[in-house]
Amino acid sequence: MLEDWVSVGYLVSAIFFIFGLKNLGHPRTAPKGNQYGMLGMAIAVVTTIIDMNFFPDGIVGWTLIGSGILIGSLIGYIMAVKVEMTGMPEMVALFNGFGGAASALVALSETWKWIETTSPEPGLGATVAIVAAGLSALVGWMTLTGSLLAMYKLKGGIEIFGKWIRTPTWGPVWLNPVKALLFVSVLALIYMSIEDPTNTDYIWAIIGISCVLGIILVLPIGGADMPVVVSLLNSLSGIAAAFTGFIINNSVLIVAGSLVGASGLILTFIMCKAMNRQLIDVLFKSFGGSEKQELTRTKVGSDADEVAMMADGAQKIIIVPGYGMAVSQCQHQVKEFADLMQEKFDTEVKYAIHPVAGRMPGHMNVLLAEANVPYEQLIEMDEINPEFPECDMAIVIGANDTCNPAARTGEGPLAGMPIIDADQARTVVIIKRSLSVGYAGVDNDLFYEDKTMMLFGDGKAMMTQLNNAIKDL
Amino acid sequence: MTPELLIGSITLFVLSIFLGVELITKVPAMLHTPLMSGANAISGISVVGALLGANVAYDAGDTVTSGILAFIALVLAMINVVGGFAVTNRMLNMIAGKKRGA
Repeated sequence: MLEDWVSVGYLVSAIFFIFGLKNLGHPRTAPKGNQYGMLGMAIAVVTTIIDMNFFPDGIVGWTLIGSGILIGSLIGYIMAVKVEMTGMPEMVALFNGFGGAASALVALSETWKWIETTSPEPGLGATVAIVAAGLSALVGWMTLTGSLLAMYKLKGGIEIFGKWIRTPTWGPVWLNPVKALLFVSVLALIYMSIEDPTNTDYIWAIIGISCVLGIILVLPIGGADMPVVVSLLNSLSGIAAAFTGFIINNSVLIVAGSLVGASGLILTFIMCKAMNRQLIDVLFKSFGGSEKQELTRTKVGSDADEVAMMADGAQKIIIVPGYGMAVSQCQHQVKEFADLMQEKFDTEVKYAIHPVAGRMPGHMNVLLAEANVPYEQLIEMDEINPEFPECDMAIVIGANDTCNPAARTGEGPLAGMPIIDADQARTVVIIKRSLSVGYAGVDNDLFYEDKTMMLFGDGKAMMTQLNNAIKDL
Repeated sequence: MTPELLIGSITLFVLSIFLGVELITKVPAMLHTPLMSGANAISGISVVGALLGANVAYDAGDTVTSGILAFIALVLAMINVVGGFAVTNRMLNMIAGKKRGA
């Protein structure tokens, strides 16, 4: 009787998750969608606790349960509130890794119960539980190590004893068969553990290989593709939760897990499409490493004073932010520049937002919103492109591929990618550390045009110099 | 476990996957990250499994290791859930909040 009510609780929770995901996909309803998700989760947790109360022993683990909920909520909340807006993508990757690890640990905990008490009676139930535990471990541990590596890739590196070590990108062609081999060996280990579910050698081997798999899956993928990878790992952490649901035979885990797994995969495809990439290429064809074009041309750099003189009296300036603005975190200096231009010369300043600019879609919106740039100044690519011919100056900050005219030629890795028409502006200022090629490995003709002024240097340093130069005019 | 029960679970699994595919159609780029983050918080549903597993007395003796493993899972899942929803909320306030205010 009571069990029926528990199922109803889980059903209500699942319905909230469905509406939550649906609403999160539309700008107007997104905040509501997030609240539905929270509500669904709260209902699931409360239902479970009420359910446990009616177990033969009741809730004997109040200490563990209470402190676990409290500690976890506190850490999660503090991390979420403290994180800088610029560090948001890394935080999502980290949380995702925790989610995968949680599923895998539940699986391990169930397996350990068999070791500590008795093995499950051989039969259908045992086979399902053992296979599900194995698959949950495979996907869960892979999600953990993959997400952690993705987080450090998004950060660009790791600080160990005060030394900055860049996150490596490494992926020879022979790594792909190795991945396949490791994957098959985990499946074989799971198959073997059906006969011998309490064999700890098998368990540690599955965990170890899955952790390695997560690392070598992400290792060859370049920093610019990390959003796609994090999205895929998010899908995997859902799948891990669903497998865990099969171990303990819990409907809400199966439903919510597979919902996230499927919708996460679709989101991954949508993100790939926006970047004009194929998921298979992202995952298994390390690209941009070997086929990078050699630079054969040079360009004399300008300085901030020169740019300030050109900006003097400009009527319309469009700022094109990219990857580099996020890295140097110069959004406040950019906003200061826009304010200065508006005050001094009454210049109209707008921002051109490429759909995949930055490290995560929407990254530029979030960064500029943090610097209090008015929302109506952020214009999407298709809307702003017709405005470039009448624009006195386009300022490209740390963007390369998203405004590379080579994309229009229909050849090479960038072919077909929609770009910001910054090259149509009367003057183009590009703030970039060097002439080096962008992620796609294609040289950018825009850098060498006569109307282009290159400011070589870190985004923050150059914007500060530029602002000072304008103040001195 | 009876075969009927297993078929029931598999049915849930398959239908939920189809539903998940249909739920997400066209998503504007600026919502990709919040959607990912919100879905990620929902994948913290393994908190339910962790709760069930952590229901052991600390002096339980024979199942103490599995209880501790479930406890760690509970902490990680709660970080995922609470942190995930809170971060999504902050992001949406940044994006959607400014839009409405404008």
